[in-house]
Amino acid sequence: MIRFLARRIVYSIFVLLGLSIVIFVIARIMPGDPARVAVGARAPQWVVDKLREHMHLNDPIVVQYGFWLRDAVQGDFGLSLVTQRPVTTDIIEFFPASLELVLFSGLLSAIGGIGLGVISARYKDTWIDNAVRLFSYTGIVTPSFVFAIFFVLLFGWILQWLPIIGRVSEEVAMPPLVTGLVTVDALLAGQFSTFVDALRHLMLPSLALAMGSIAQEARITRSTMADNLNKDYVASARALGVSERSIMGRFLLKPSLIPTVSILGLDIASTFSIAFLVELIFNWPGLARYGMQAMLHKDLNAISAVILVLGAVFITVNIIVDIIVAQLDPRIRLSAARSE
Amino acid sequence: MTEQVNLRRDYSSKLTIQQIKQMERESRRQNLGRSWYKFSRNPLSVVGIAMVLILVLLAIFAPYVTPYPKHAQAFTDFANAKLPPSWQHLFGTDQIGRDILTRSIFGLRSSLLMGVVVLVLVVPIGVLLGLLAGYFQGTWIDTIIMRITDIFLSVPPLILALAIASVLEPNLWNGMMAVSLMWWPWYTRLVYGLGVALRNEYFVTSAEVTGASTAHILFREILPNTISPILTKMSLDVAWVIIIGSMLSFVGLGVQPPEPSLGTMIADGARYLPDQWWIAVFPALVIVIVVLGFNLLGDGVRDMFAAEEI
Repeated sequence: MIRFLARRIVYSIFVLLGLSIVIFVIARIMPGDPARVAVGARAPQWVVDKLREHMHLNDPIVVQYGFWLRDAVQGDFGLSLVTQRPVTTDIIEFFPASLELVLFSGLLSAIGGIGLGVISARYKDTWIDNAVRLFSYTGIVTPSFVFAIFFVLLFGWILQWLPIIGRVSEEVAMPPLVTGLVTVDALLAGQFSTFVDALRHLMLPSLALAMGSIAQEARITRSTMADNLNKDYVASARALGVSERSIMGRFLLKPSLIPTVSILGLDIASTFSIAFLVELIFNWPGLARYGMQAMLHKDLNAISAVILVLGAVFITVNIIVDIIVAQLDPRIRLSAARSE
Repeated sequence: MTEQVNLRRDYSSKLTIQQIKQMERESRRQNLGRSWYKFSRNPLSVVGIAMVLILVLLAIFAPYVTPYPKHAQAFTDFANAKLPPSWQHLFGTDQIGRDILTRSIFGLRSSLLMGVVVLVLVVPIGVLLGLLAGYFQGTWIDTIIMRITDIFLSVPPLILALAIASVLEPNLWNGMMAVSLMWWPWYTRLVYGLGVALRNEYFVTSAEVTGASTAHILFREILPNTISPILTKMSLDVAWVIIIGSMLSFVGLGVQPPEPSLGTMIADGARYLPDQWWIAVFPALVIVIVVLGFNLLGDGVRDMFAAEEI
């Protein structure tokens, strides 16, 4: 298992290196002089020349990449054009908000998706099953930003149940910064009312993000459970008089969760990219909104850093999923151990 | 069954090439009939294909079927701005008085065009690379192609598409380029997996020993056996490409105003929520209908080919 992990991690580092080359090339195909863009159109030419020298823009592109990579490995992505601060500082500030959103939406998709899938399989071919399947289909075909718009309209304006802007209400003070996740920080500081307020703000954006994966998870859990329902071991458990409840909960669920967990991991990782639009709609001060601002202003340092960070997150989540799946399925665990 | 037996006996007797070709055509026609039968057994698939046909026809004949074709471009009529849905304007009018139904139908054009163009660009490249890597599995060709594929697959496609689109000048064609650059690896990986499995089949080995060229083996022996998964993936992907395209224009990196696009219309309309809800809600519903239609169609194709793995 450890060697399997080590290999995955080394391989991931190479993938990240490759990704950094792709990003660097993308950043350099932009027409125009990055130094000129950085100082603005009215700066005198000698300033631009000096900056070109400083940014190594007069060197061959391979050398430029070398310098860029050296800085990036040390956590230095240069200055952001939009905020005029080091990109790394910005990312550290904005990342936790996105992380909180994505983690909470992952939690919602796990609970909602698996829950609905189990209910659907338990009441297979009844109206409950059909209702869940119809819901799944709607969830899969509706883009998350469309859900976001509908939720804003329905829960934010018409019913006025939940807030639709920002992370906490204006009159509520932010809890002392520990993890950057407002809900967790509020609990750590013992401010229960802040926690509830932050949770209410989290609800709509994360639900909009989660709808697609809830639907997909429900569909996959249902179909795997329905397949496994006809297996011999279920029949023998029934014959032995095991209650239906315990068959569902103990015998069927665990083996049926393997595909769900794999897809859930991929979904959580790609949630970061869908968050680009949802954060805009809910004015959520996260990494995705920051990245979007950077893209609209052609802020290359910030764009490259955001994509690299998201790539790293995506790869990490995939490794974690592999570990969880190996824990759920002894066969994968054993074959991984044997093949090493 | 009897058909197959007949076929074999006929081959052993003296048949001209023409006759064999004729028989091949005949059985291909029968296969098509069987496929349609399988496809049409699920009423939802038929609904899907009907929806897609109607949407495509609407998009093609947009100038003739829309009530206010002039509203598709830069047009202002402030006296009729922000009108709620009525018989004159079924979907209402937007912030500068343009008919939303008309603009939604014109917006379909760029969405569908995006879906088609991206797949036309991406599938040949992705499939070719997948075939090469799969057939030359274990060699440096495999290593180079698949490692590059892995890099592109390591980031969600939307993010890199957004990044590329933002670096280029934002418009429909660059949006298509950006999405295409992100999309080919999925086909490469799909065909690679199939190719690796097929390269040791007897028909490939026998082609090799009879001295067939690599091109013949790739395109005449392996490729025909990968067609149904590729077609299935394509039919399911149209919906995804359309969603990503609408996301690009939603954030302003796709189709540029005054050219109508569903994503831009939703983004504009979101500013007028909740009082002028129709400006955002109707284009959003149109996207849902488009994606639903293509998904039903794609599911039908998947069931038809029994391609469970996609």
